[in-house]
Amino acid sequence: MSFLELSGIQKSFGPVQVVKDFDMTIEKGEFVSFLGPSGCGKTTILRMVAGFETPSAGTVVINGRNQNELKPNQRNIGMVFQAYALFPNMTVHDNVAFGLKIAGMEKSAIDARVKEMLGLIHLGHLADRFPYQMSGGQQQRVALARALAPKPQVLLLDEPLSALDAKIRVSLREEIRMIQQQLGITTVFVTHDQEEALSISDRIVVMNSGRADQIGTPFDIYNKPATRFVASFVGTLNLIEAKVVDPATNRIVIGDQGITLREPLGSTVKAGDTVSLALRPEAGSIAEGAKGDTALTGEVVSSNFLGSVIRTRMKVGDAVISFDMFNAPGRSPPAVGEVSTLRFTASDLLIIRE
Amino acid sequence: MSSKQAIDLKKTAIDWLGIAPFLLFAVMFLIAPTLYLVTGAFVNPAGEFTFDNVAGLFTDKILASYWISIKISLASSIGGAFIGFFLAWAVVLGGLPSWIRSSLLTFSGVASNFAGVPLAFAFLATLGRTGLVTMLLRDWFGINLYASGFNLLSFIGLTLTYMYFQIPLMVLIITPALDGLKKEWREAAEILGATNTQYWTKVAMPILFPSILGTTLLLFANAFGAIATAYSLTGSTFNIVPIQLYAQIRGDVLHNPNLGYALALGMIVITGISNLIYIWLRMRAERWQK
Amino acid sequence: MKTQKIGAWIAVLFGASYFIVPLIATFEFSLRMRRGEYSFDAYRSVFSDIQFRESFSYSIMMAILTIIFGVLLVVPTAYWVRLRLPQMRPVVEFITLMPLVIPAIVIVFGYLRLYNSSSYIPFTGSARGTDMLLMFSFMTLSLPYMYRSVDTAMRTIDVGTLTEAAQSLGASWPTIMFKCIFPNVMSGVLSGAFITFAIVIGEFTMPSLLNRPAFGPYLQLIGANRAYEPPALAIIAFAITWGCMALLQLVSRFSKSAPSKP
Repeated sequence: MSFLELSGIQKSFGPVQVVKDFDMTIEKGEFVSFLGPSGCGKTTILRMVAGFETPSAGTVVINGRNQNELKPNQRNIGMVFQAYALFPNMTVHDNVAFGLKIAGMEKSAIDARVKEMLGLIHLGHLADRFPYQMSGGQQQRVALARALAPKPQVLLLDEPLSALDAKIRVSLREEIRMIQQQLGITTVFVTHDQEEALSISDRIVVMNSGRADQIGTPFDIYNKPATRFVASFVGTLNLIEAKVVDPATNRIVIGDQGITLREPLGSTVKAGDTVSLALRPEAGSIAEGAKGDTALTGEVVSSNFLGSVIRTRMKVGDAVISFDMFNAPGRSPPAVGEVSTLRFTASDLLIIRE
Repeated sequence: MSSKQAIDLKKTAIDWLGIAPFLLFAVMFLIAPTLYLVTGAFVNPAGEFTFDNVAGLFTDKILASYWISIKISLASSIGGAFIGFFLAWAVVLGGLPSWIRSSLLTFSGVASNFAGVPLAFAFLATLGRTGLVTMLLRDWFGINLYASGFNLLSFIGLTLTYMYFQIPLMVLIITPALDGLKKEWREAAEILGATNTQYWTKVAMPILFPSILGTTLLLFANAFGAIATAYSLTGSTFNIVPIQLYAQIRGDVLHNPNLGYALALGMIVITGISNLIYIWLRMRAERWQK
Repeated sequence: MKTQKIGAWIAVLFGASYFIVPLIATFEFSLRMRRGEYSFDAYRSVFSDIQFRESFSYSIMMAILTIIFGVLLVVPTAYWVRLRLPQMRPVVEFITLMPLVIPAIVIVFGYLRLYNSSSYIPFTGSARGTDMLLMFSFMTLSLPYMYRSVDTAMRTIDVGTLTEAAQSLGASWPTIMFKCIFPNVMSGVLSGAFITFAIVIGEFTMPSLLNRPAFGPYLQLIGANRAYEPPALAIIAFAITWGCMALLQLVSRFSKSAPSKP
């Protein structure tokens, strides 16, 4: 039996159904991210786990116990909010101690636990500060310590990094992941930032208008997107329309250039049909001696130098394909108007079925 | 002097010239009159320094008038703050339709400025001897207000009247503070195990407390300095400090001009202290609500 | 959740009756002049009173003068403090709050002693001089509101950049002030003006002690001598205050929906 089970969850606000029949199980100690654009229902699911929203249908079960009838203050869950939500009238120490005091713990035990928690986030020296005297990153670390102090069964993170500066965002997400693994706490993380989700999760749920489009490891989500939405939402992607020549041999044409796909097209596809193919920008290269069993030739439309990579766009038939190459000091970027050959491995070309 | 210094000096002079009219205005119409009274409180008619005037405040009659003023101001500010807070709470957090909130705020803007003589007329027409409420209570419920000891021209009557502008003022000032209570604070407290009561006693009230206390002090000072309502309600029979001072200005009823200055000084001290604490508390509250 | 909503309704109903009952009572009382039936006689009597018209127009005149001079004093000061003397901000703000701290009656007491007919600046020596002093005292009373609303309006426009832009186009100081700054803080000026108007029309203490025939002292006089006119006057005064606040809301809503962009 899984630790956190969401089964048949639905949620409507008035006539609007924001979560449609959602099922998922999460193992103990797992770090799961809900990824999706705003309004996709990811935050609503999180808030139903916390108990701030009641599901219209379905159950939330934690550790074998149905949570539907429990109020948020009876669930023993830790939560970190986007806007820090530290109590402004309390010091860092008192903020972290809040949940412990409510639980009726003894003062000496509270002090010890608070000290331990502040040590965990390396802010022991700021115990007497008030929230307004600290930076956003520090406040969010305190919020994390406050959520973890009462030893919750589940930790919920509601876009905890989106109010922070880019640099702090990266360092704090690494810190969160480290602490999570150290404590082995089951964690649900909500974000709209795919890089964040890819970098710290055990598994990712990609949400799209109230449904889970795909649930899988970061590696699978990125490399084997199940739907067109997942493919386009996670990472940059070329979507190329191609015409099927022969379904039996997986032969297709892009513009007037023929390619044999590795992945079978399937029995429903007929000759003359249009299929959507996806190609990651980093999968191809026009460099001398680039490897790959497949090639497309086209005219370079634009070429942007981005520092470590050069993003080049090439026109092949009606399609425009972007691809990234690492910068090499000895090689100048491709010129606009130049005709080049893009090489890649045919198995990197994915068929998008939805 | 180098030419650069000269230019700097000229620039500074121009900078200060820009607010010279304002400073002149402030000195002439705010600072000098106040200082004149304050210094006047510490000299005798011959111009010698003395504490006699301030000591002269500690006579039964003057102390009594300060006491009744303080009582009315305290009662109307605490009552106004209490009711105003619940009204603001009701429209911000009570889950009422939003038109109630906007009507209450608009009305409060009007009512908090509806003080002075007209307000006295309104309450005379309501709770005076032939006022509507007095008569309705008598005719419909058989309650004779005035026979039971009620009098509009008394402590309780004046307090009720003052609350007509105190409540809306409280609503106007405390509504933003209640709006400033973030939803996440409640949720954070809840998820950490707190009950609704624990949230209010440990989080919301401590956060609001500086605002509530500060606004109460502001209401106190507001009531303490008010004269028009009381004067037109009671004439000069009711001895609150501003009325006493009014009579003193008109006719030197204390028979000592310098004692009059001391009376004014006492008012400045009381309203000044409560306002300064208000400003201090408000800065504290704003710092928290960033 | 349920009890909370019931509590909220009770609070609102209680507050509403506290606010509305006196207004109804006042209105009812004002209609009682004719024995045995309701009539608008009290209002007729008020409007036909020559003293009402005189004191009311005197107060309106005063209000307009107070607004004009108040704006001329406050706008350049607020502008200059933002532009050149930011270090003076706390001091200026403290001064503008002083009229809230020092009761009006104390301030006017000081005037009477400082500017009497035997002083160096004998404002109260003549009727014109007293009028001037009264106007200055109204300016003092409205200073906190006027300054606050103008300063708030100035915060939304970047006066520094606006001034530099105007200067680089060759504008003179008067042009900058009246063509660039004033139009952009008009919403603040207007809200300050409406509050000033409401304050000046109703003010009793200052004109009474300075012995000027303003509306406030007239109201008090009528209150002491008549029975049915005072509630009628209270209704009229309430309508005026309501009108001022309605205009204020209108202006602030208008300026919010169409922020003046530099």
